[in-house]
Amino acid sequence: MTEPATYEPALGRRAVLAGGVGLIALALPARALARPSLQEAVAGFTGGVPVNAGRVRLAVPPLVENGNAVGVTIDVESPMTAQSHVRRIGLFNEKNPQADFAVFRLGPRNGRAHIATRIRLATSQTVIAVAELSDGTYWSSEANVIVTLAACIEDLS
Amino acid sequence: MNKALVSVPKTAKHGDIIDIRAMIAHPMETGYRMGPNGVEIPRRIITRLVCTYDGEEVFIADFFPAVSANPFVSFSLIASTSGTVGFEWTDDQGQTETARAEIVVSG
Repeated sequence: MTEPATYEPALGRRAVLAGGVGLIALALPARALARPSLQEAVAGFTGGVPVNAGRVRLAVPPLVENGNAVGVTIDVESPMTAQSHVRRIGLFNEKNPQADFAVFRLGPRNGRAHIATRIRLATSQTVIAVAELSDGTYWSSEANVIVTLAACIEDLS
Repeated sequence: MNKALVSVPKTAKHGDIIDIRAMIAHPMETGYRMGPNGVEIPRRIITRLVCTYDGEEVFIADFFPAVSANPFVSFSLIASTSGTVGFEWTDDQGQTETARAEIVVSG
C-alpha cells in the first residue's frame, strides 16, 4: 500500500526534467536564428557598398586555446591625412551568438591605422575586419581561427 | 574607483606617432551565460570608449558582448600639442568611468 506514495514524487521529477530538456531545445535554435549571417553583418556596416579584398591586415592567432581572450591586431594601409584616412573599422565574426565584435572610429589625428584589442570566440570560425576609407571605399581582410576552449556559452553551475 | 588603466607616453616630440593603450576592469557579461539553477546572468557590457586629445574626440570604440572581459584597446595618435588625453567608458546602464593622462610635446 505504500508503493503509490513512493512512485508519485518520482514521476513528478521526471516531468520536470523532461520539461527542462524541452525548454533548452526550444531556446537554442531561437538564439541561433536571431543573429545575422556574416555577409549580412558586413552589409549592415557598409550599407550595401561592395567590399574589396586587401589594404587591411588582420592578425589573429591561427590556433587559440582559450576563446575568452583572443588578441587581434588590425592594420590598414592609409596615409591618414585629412584628404585620405580610415573613417571606421568594423570587426565581425561568423559563428558567435552575435555577429559584431567592435566598431572603431578613427581620423587623421591617429597618424596610423593600427588597432589592437581582445575578443571572445565561441567556436572555430572566420573573423573579418572591414575598413571604411574617407573616399567611401571598403576594404577587408579575413582570418580563420581554430578554438579549443569556447567562450560565451559556458555556464557557471 | 581606480578601475581604468591607461598608458600614454609622458613626453613626445612634435609629430611623433605615439601608442595609446587603455583597459578597464569590467566583467563584460554577455547575457548568454547561465548561472546556478539555470538562471540567465543579465547582460552588462561597456558599449563605448571615447578618447579625447586636447579637447577633441580622436578615437571612438563601440564594443559588443564579444569583446573580452576587461576590455583592452590600443591605437595611435600624432603628438601635436601638450595637453590632456582623456578617456571615457560608458556601459549599458549609463554608468561612466573616466581616466586622463597628461602629455608634454616638445619641439
